[in-house]
This record gives sequence, structure tokens and C-alpha cells, in this order.
Amino acid sequence: MADEILTQIEEKVKKNKVMLYMKGTPDFPQCGFSAHTVEILKSYGVPFASEDVLADPTVREGIKRYSNWPTIPQIYIDGKFVGGCDILHELHERGELEPILNAAFGK
Amino acid sequence: MMITPEEIKETLAKVLPASLIETQDLTGGGDHWQVIIVSPAFEGRGLLEQQRMVNDALKEAMNSERIHALTMKLYTPAQWEKLGS
Repeated sequence: MADEILTQIEEKVKKNKVMLYMKGTPDFPQCGFSAHTVEILKSYGVPFASEDVLADPTVREGIKRYSNWPTIPQIYIDGKFVGGCDILHELHERGELEPILNAAFGK
Repeated sequence: MMITPEEIKETLAKVLPASLIETQDLTGGGDHWQVIIVSPAFEGRGLLEQQRMVNDALKEAMNSERIHALTMKLYTPAQWEKLGS
């Protein structure tokens, strides 16, 4: 029963090409790291889904267990965990994010 | 109890061979930290794996929210050299 949340997360991560677990919403991020992550994703103009972990403590705890990653935001592309804000930022700077996104959207 | 830069460094150094560990309290509140780590252990590992090593090392402090946020700048010795530092 407790792991229902992991199933729910798995479904969202698989269903959305880009899935972001964040604090707040893309329009009203509640944390600087979440805000920066949204900014990076928006700069590529790709659609992404998001969920506000502050709205649901089960999701907040569940997502950390799902990825075995202790912090939020968490970015999933093409069903795979990519990392948090630092990693997305680094991939973006190195020019490695675009090919990952292109592959996910079949470009 | 608030975590100190010394405690972060010691905890990291115990599990991660590093030629440099620098910490910075980003907000002055003692729970938002940035660490710069230069370690040969990062060699040949992806960003995700590198950060997992650091997260694992600091697991206790992160789980207890003594560290609330951690910004990581991780380099192999070769990458660090290239930065000209």
C-alpha cells in the first residue's frame, strides 16, 4: 500500500517525455533551485510536465525513494532520472542537454 | 545542532579521497551549502554517479535536514587543472 506512490510516480515519469518534480509550480516556483531548473527547461521550448511536491508530502517522500536521490527538484527525461538542478545546469552548460532532449522528442 | 564546515569536510574526507574540499555557506543560515570537491574518485563517472557519491557520504546530515540544500561543483584533478585553478 505504501508503495502505491512509487507506482504513481513511475506512471508519470513514463508518460511524460520530460517530468519535473519541483517545489511550487513552473509559474510560481517556491525555491531557487526549482526556479532555475524551470528556467533551463523553458529555454529549450520543449513541453514538460511538473508536480509540486509541497502540495503532497507522500509525493515529496516518494520521489526521494523512487530515485534514491535526497533532494528536489528532480528531472526525468524519457523515463530516466537525469538529476537535480546542478546536473541539469552542468549538462546545459556543456551543451549535452540538447541532444538528450532531441533524442527524447525524436528530433 | 548546526553543521560546521569542518564537519562537512571531515565527513567527506572519510569516504572520498580528495585533493581539495571547499565549503561555502550560501545563505549564512548554516543549512544551504556549496561544496567544491576535486577527487580522482570522480574519474570515469557520470555527473549523476559523482553526485550520488557525495550524497551518500553526507547522507545522515541530509536526511536529518541539517543540510537542507547542497550545491555541488565536482571535478576530477584533470578537469580542475584545466580550469587553471
